[in-house]
Amino acid sequence: MAMVEVEGLRKVYDGGFEALKGVDLSIEKGEILALLGPNGAGKTTLISTICGLVQPTSGAVRVGGHDVVRDYRAARSLIGLVPQEINLEPFSKVLPAVRFTRGLFGKPRNEALLEDILRRLSLWDKRDTQTRALSGGMKRRVLIAKALSHEPEVLFLDEPTAGVDVELRRDMWAIVEELRGRGTTIILTTHYIEEAEAIADRVGVINGGRILLLEDKKRLLSRLGRKELRVELDTSLATLPPALQNRGLALEDGGRVLVHTYDTAADRSGIAHLMADLRSEGIAVRDVSTRQSTLEDIFVSMVAKQEEPA
Amino acid sequence: MNLRGIWAIYHYEMTRFFRTLLQSFISPVISTSLYFVVFGAAIGSRIQEVEGVSYGAFIVPGLVMLSVISQSISNASFAIYFPKFTGTIYEPLSAPVSFLEIVIGFVGAAATKSLFIGAVILATAALFIDMQVMHPAAMLAFLVLTCISFSLLGFILGLWAGNFEQLQLVPLLIVTPLIFLGGSFYSISMLPPLWQTITLFNPVVYLISGFRWAFFGMADVPIGLSLLAIAAFTGICLAVIWIIFRTGWRIRA
Ligand SMILES: Nc1ncnc2c1ncn2[C@@H]1O[C@H](COP(=O)(O)OP(=O)(O)O)[C@@H](O)[C@H]1O
Ligand SMILES: [Mg+2]
Repeated sequence: MAMVEVEGLRKVYDGGFEALKGVDLSIEKGEILALLGPNGAGKTTLISTICGLVQPTSGAVRVGGHDVVRDYRAARSLIGLVPQEINLEPFSKVLPAVRFTRGLFGKPRNEALLEDILRRLSLWDKRDTQTRALSGGMKRRVLIAKALSHEPEVLFLDEPTAGVDVELRRDMWAIVEELRGRGTTIILTTHYIEEAEAIADRVGVINGGRILLLEDKKRLLSRLGRKELRVELDTSLATLPPALQNRGLALEDGGRVLVHTYDTAADRSGIAHLMADLRSEGIAVRDVSTRQSTLEDIFVSMVAKQEEPA
Repeated sequence: MNLRGIWAIYHYEMTRFFRTLLQSFISPVISTSLYFVVFGAAIGSRIQEVEGVSYGAFIVPGLVMLSVISQSISNASFAIYFPKFTGTIYEPLSAPVSFLEIVIGFVGAAATKSLFIGAVILATAALFIDMQVMHPAAMLAFLVLTCISFSLLGFILGLWAGNFEQLQLVPLLIVTPLIFLGGSFYSISMLPPLWQTITLFNPVVYLISGFRWAFFGMADVPIGLSLLAIAAFTGICLAVIWIIFRTGWRIRA
């Protein structure tokens, strides 16, 4: 069952800026989706629209089958949100602040649950501390505790680990792992590709208000399994000799470099074959290097491709 | 209806009030005492009676209204402006609570606070003069309605305000003159005829007049009109807030 469904979502801000240009997205129950994108890509706008903080210009969003505008009560009851900005009332103490959120969502008091959440986030000792006296990382933990306090079925984490210490990142991943075990659907945005690789089931790339790629992480990683063999030639070639054509080879750097792409998982890499052919064609090789493309490369090339004038 | 959600907002706001309880208590006691010293003793010794009531007693209803109205506005406007300022407004906006529930929570708390302050002022006044309340139920009703309606107005102000200056300037420039010119310290009948007519456009006149009627059984304007005015005022404020939430003006991008 799709837990979150986004259809043709557009958002034009008051100034006329179009931050979302028709986003379609479907997230299954229990799935963990990582949304990668540079600053200004529209990640926060997308999350804010799903959560009710931004009004959609057109399109539809459903959470748990409930329209987030028409049936906002049912939809929002399912959603926990950890916002990108650290928004906390400075004078409020930690435990009352978390209790407040639970109450706001209409849930009956459950002090044992709140204690458990605060303990897991290493906040229990700080429960009577005013939030203004907490460090940045601790404040973010409070935001996470608030979002978890009402036992959401869908959790949005908007750049939860941007600029936080290693410890919090580790704790966060542990919590995500545990929530995954309970079937919670999680959508997180991040700049960090390792983060997406570490915890997501599926990875989406968003830029300029459009989703450019949405793919199963494993499949994406198998794409990453592709390697490049770069052969630097003694003298540059204007064109490939006939014997080397139709094999997916490419010439780069004005013909000085021959690029052969191959799959590490395949039985044959084709390298020995290529080398033999080069020798028989009388092409001298100066140097050889290999290079594995990363998610980052895919990401950067997609974003670059999109930014080229059409 | 998300009753727990309303309670969460109300309780949270009241906690803030109790944190500064002493401060909330002392300042109206001192200012009321000062008013009695200045208006009651100094001026009151020259104005013997207004329409058969001693001047010291005559100003009590106006004094209570003055504080209750300004407290309601500042409490409610701050209560909603502060979450906008700190960004914590994202919580009620993304929670399963309706606009009405948000308003009930915030405005209810603000009105409770000013009701409390109204009671403190009445108690302080009772130390200075012999108090008589002819229609206690009507007195309480007027007091509660005033707290609610001006907390609604304050809520609108807090939603509208873009910075702290605006938050403070509006009550100072608009509301305080309306209250002072609303007959807090005099009877409308004491004014020149032209001003008597102009004054009738001031909504505060109807409140103070009705409130004073509850105390002494005398009023500048008919009591029914006072009730109608406050009901209309409350209705308009609610409608404005409803439209604000409907359109997301200044709260939802
Ligand atoms: N309230 C707003 N009014 C106008 N433009 C906005 C507003 N919020 C965001 N934007 C613009 O929309 C674009 C997307 O922003 P955002 O969703 O915050 O991106 P991200 O979270 O991916 O960094 C940016 O260009 C940003 O300047
Ligand atoms: Mg963002």
